[in-house]
Amino acid sequence: MKILAFLIFAIFVGNANGQTFLVDEKTFADDSMQLRYDVLMEELRCLVCQNQTLADSGAGLAQDLRKKVVSMIENGNSDQEIKEYMVQRYGEFILYRPRLNYSTIMLWFGPFILLLIAIGVIVRVIQPSRPASTNQKANSENKFYNDEKHP
Amino acid sequence: MPLSIFAILVIFFAIGLTKDPRLIPSPLVGEPLPVRQLDKLDSTEGTLHTNNLGGSNFILNVWASWCAACLEEHDLLMELATLNTIPIVGLNYKDTRKDASRWLYKNGNPYLQTWFDPNGQFGMELGVYGVPETFFVDKTGIIRHKHIGPLSRNSISQAIEILNTEQNSSR
Repeated sequence: MKILAFLIFAIFVGNANGQTFLVDEKTFADDSMQLRYDVLMEELRCLVCQNQTLADSGAGLAQDLRKKVVSMIENGNSDQEIKEYMVQRYGEFILYRPRLNYSTIMLWFGPFILLLIAIGVIVRVIQPSRPASTNQKANSENKFYNDEKHP
Repeated sequence: MPLSIFAILVIFFAIGLTKDPRLIPSPLVGEPLPVRQLDKLDSTEGTLHTNNLGGSNFILNVWASWCAACLEEHDLLMELATLNTIPIVGLNYKDTRKDASRWLYKNGNPYLQTWFDPNGQFGMELGVYGVPETFFVDKTGIIRHKHIGPLSRNSISQAIEILNTEQNSSR
C-alpha cells in the first residue's frame, strides 16, 4: 500500500518536473500580447507530436514555431495573420479548431447528421411497434368475435 | 440491420487504418518554391532557384546528419545522381557545417548544391516538420510534389512522372 502511494506520488512529481523542463515559457511585458500569445499557443498544433499543442510540446519544431509566433506578435501582426502564416506552410492541420471548408464539412456537421440518423432509427423502432400491437389486439379480438360467432 | 451497420463501420475503420496520420498534405504543392537568399554549406551565398540549375526540374531533398532515416534513402539518391537525369539539391536542416560536411564525405554527396539552414528558417517557409522531406520542383519553380519520410524507388519514379505530366499539361 505504501509502495502504491509512493508510485502515485512519483507520477505526479515526475509529470510536473517534465512540464517545467519542457516548456520555455515566454513572458511579454504587455498583458494583451501575453493573452494573445497564450491563446494562440493553445490553438496551434505541434506537427511532430500531433496530440499536443504548441504550448505543451518540447519538440524542436514547436520551439521554432513558438519563437515565430513571438516575433510576429512583436512585429504587430494580428492573430489572423499569424494563423494564416502557419496554415499557408503547414496546412489546416496545424489549427486545433479546424475552419469550416469543403474538406472539414463532415467534421463539423458529421456528429449532427449521426444524431439525426440515430433519432430516425429510434423513432422507427418505437413507432411501428404501436400500430402492430393494436393490430394484433384487433386481430385477436376479431378472432375471438369470430370464434364466438361460429363456435 | 445491425450487421450492415457493423460492416459499414469495418469499412471506414479499414480505410482509416491504411492512412498514416503523420503524413500531412502540404498546402505548398502547386505553389512556387519560396525564393530566398541562402547560405551554402561551403559558405558561399546565393539563391535557390531553377535558373541557377540550368532551368530544369529539380529535386530538393531536406536532410540532416543527425537524421537516421536520411541514411536509409541516401543510396537511392546516390544512384539517382549518377544517372544525371535530374539535378538533386540538398537543404541541410538544423545542422552544423562540420557535422554536415563530415556526413557527406563519409556517405557520398549526391547534391549539385547543398544549402545550409542551421536554424530551420527556410525549412519553416517550406513547412518542413521532420527530415527527410523531399520536394519535386518543376522548371517554372512550382512545387509539384512533396514526399515525407525516406524515399523509395517507387516514390521517386512516381514523383518524376508527376513532374513530367504536369509539364506536358501546362504547355
